[in-house]
Amino acid sequence: MIRFDNIGLRYGSGPEVLSRVNFTLKPGSFHFLTGASGAGKSSLLRLMYLGLRPTSGTITLFGRDVATLKRADLPALRRQMGVVFQDFRLLDHLSALDNVALPLRMAGTAEAEIREHVVELLEWVGLGAHLEAKPPTLSGGQQQRVAIARSVINRPRLLLADEPTGNVDDSIGMRLLYLFEELNKLGTTVMIATHNEGLISRFPHPRLHLDRGTLTVIPAEASVAAAMTAVASGLPAVLAGSLTGGGWPP
Amino acid sequence: MMFRHRFDLPLVEDATGRFLIWIMAVMVYLGIVALAGALVLAGMASRWENGLTGRLTVQISPQPDTPGRGSDPEMVAPLVQRTEVALALLRATPGVLRAEPVTAATTHKLLEPWLGTALLDDLPLPALIDVQVAPGSDPEVPALADRLARSVAGAHLDNHAAWLDDLRRLARTVQLVALAVVVLVGTAALVAVVFAVRTGLAIHSPVVELLHIMGASDRYVARQFQAHVVGLALRGGMVGLALGLATLGLLDRATGEAAAGMLPVMALPPPQWLALPAVPLVAAALAAVTARWTVLRVLAALP
Ligand SMILES: Nc1ncnc2c1ncn2[C@@H]1O[C@H](COP(=O)(O)OP(=O)(O)O)[C@@H](O)[C@H]1O
Ligand SMILES: [Mg+2]
Repeated sequence: MIRFDNIGLRYGSGPEVLSRVNFTLKPGSFHFLTGASGAGKSSLLRLMYLGLRPTSGTITLFGRDVATLKRADLPALRRQMGVVFQDFRLLDHLSALDNVALPLRMAGTAEAEIREHVVELLEWVGLGAHLEAKPPTLSGGQQQRVAIARSVINRPRLLLADEPTGNVDDSIGMRLLYLFEELNKLGTTVMIATHNEGLISRFPHPRLHLDRGTLTVIPAEASVAAAMTAVASGLPAVLAGSLTGGGWPP
Repeated sequence: MMFRHRFDLPLVEDATGRFLIWIMAVMVYLGIVALAGALVLAGMASRWENGLTGRLTVQISPQPDTPGRGSDPEMVAPLVQRTEVALALLRATPGVLRAEPVTAATTHKLLEPWLGTALLDDLPLPALIDVQVAPGSDPEVPALADRLARSVAGAHLDNHAAWLDDLRRLARTVQLVALAVVVLVGTAALVAVVFAVRTGLAIHSPVVELLHIMGASDRYVARQFQAHVVGLALRGGMVGLALGLATLGLLDRATGEAAAGMLPVMALPPPQWLALPAVPLVAAALAAVTARWTVLRVLAALP
């Protein structure tokens, strides 16, 4: 799915933000990307969604060497990805509905189909009553869910989320992580950057840990897996709550 | 709103684009006035040509004093007699369909508004003969003119050729000036489009980047700007069209009142009025192409 070989990255002539980074994401895998603030998490994600080119090394994305891609090749590759930005990056002048519809409109989906899918998804994340609301009138948690809905609306093969639990308390954070798990079960490869160690220790997924630009792969631990089974027993109820829209705080 | 279009880019909230409406209005206004002027002139020139070619006027002065011919007013035959000679000569010429003297009454009526009756009675007026020649016999006109001048003292054949040449030259000059104005204003408007689009791209570069990350092609982004610019251009174009038509209407009424009958040719024939609403459409299309070209060029330069 995605493979980093000896990736190095500098901004301009600044210090090396990433050095000799190696990892592979298999299709259908779920990874956390951890590290202190400033460790290079956002930069690494930016490399993955082709918002940035590495200073050295080779990135292989969907079987293609990124260095050989032409500008005209990018849209097709990017449409297979969903990105949740740390600051949401919603378009303030568009309704929640239109924000979530963007990736479909770009892909040229028929308008009737767009509406049906978008309404369904927004209802699923508990925003059925806010379809026409503009982002500035929504709470942080609601905006976050619009951003997440937008990232998954086109059923991406690869989902990248940058601190999606960064601005919300742990209970909302948990629910959002369950949402990504659901997606992962449907076949999407997921990578979530976060520095919230407490939250992710409850999920049995391998971690890519960044420390001052150097990456270490930490396999899912048995202890985490054990903790997970305890949490997982409560999972259907939480998800059922989100499905009816009642489980989400305003 | 006439253009309810959902823009991914918050372009509508920009003030930068708003002046495009006004420059487009000016461009369309000038374009309409220039086009109407050019059409009116072209129509006028062709009508003059059709109406006057094939028509000749012979003018016989009452007191010819052509130098070099040694003529003495006393020795010249009376005007009436000379007119008869000229008429006979004209009617005997092959290709002449008709030759009729313009009666003194008609001449008086034509001149009265300028000179008044009192003066007219004392004034020695030339005799005029209205001549109609078969179409296409124009090449023989110089020979006829020469023969007339030699046979009839004071006779002068006017085939309006010089006058028509002047008219044609005037029409062409006015058309060129109109074209130059339209090209200049059009260029300024298109430069303004380039400027507005570049500014829009710069202001909204974070949104443009976001759209790209979500999988937008450059053409998708270009369409956003294109639709926005077309909306502005059409709105400006409607203003320009309205002002242009109002101006033409006023001109039409003014010429109609001031010179009823004298300048009927100023009116634009109905089918050509239909060309005027095409001006804002053409302007909007040019603006759209320019916007698209600008966006694609700017984006292609990005990594
Ligand atoms: N656009 C940029 N230009 C220059 N330096 C940057 C830029 N973005 C990030 N950096 C630097 O790169 C380092 C890693 O930043 P970032 O990838 O945002 O880390 P994280 O997301 O883990 O907090 C930081 O030292 C930051 O200052
Ligand atoms: Mg970050």
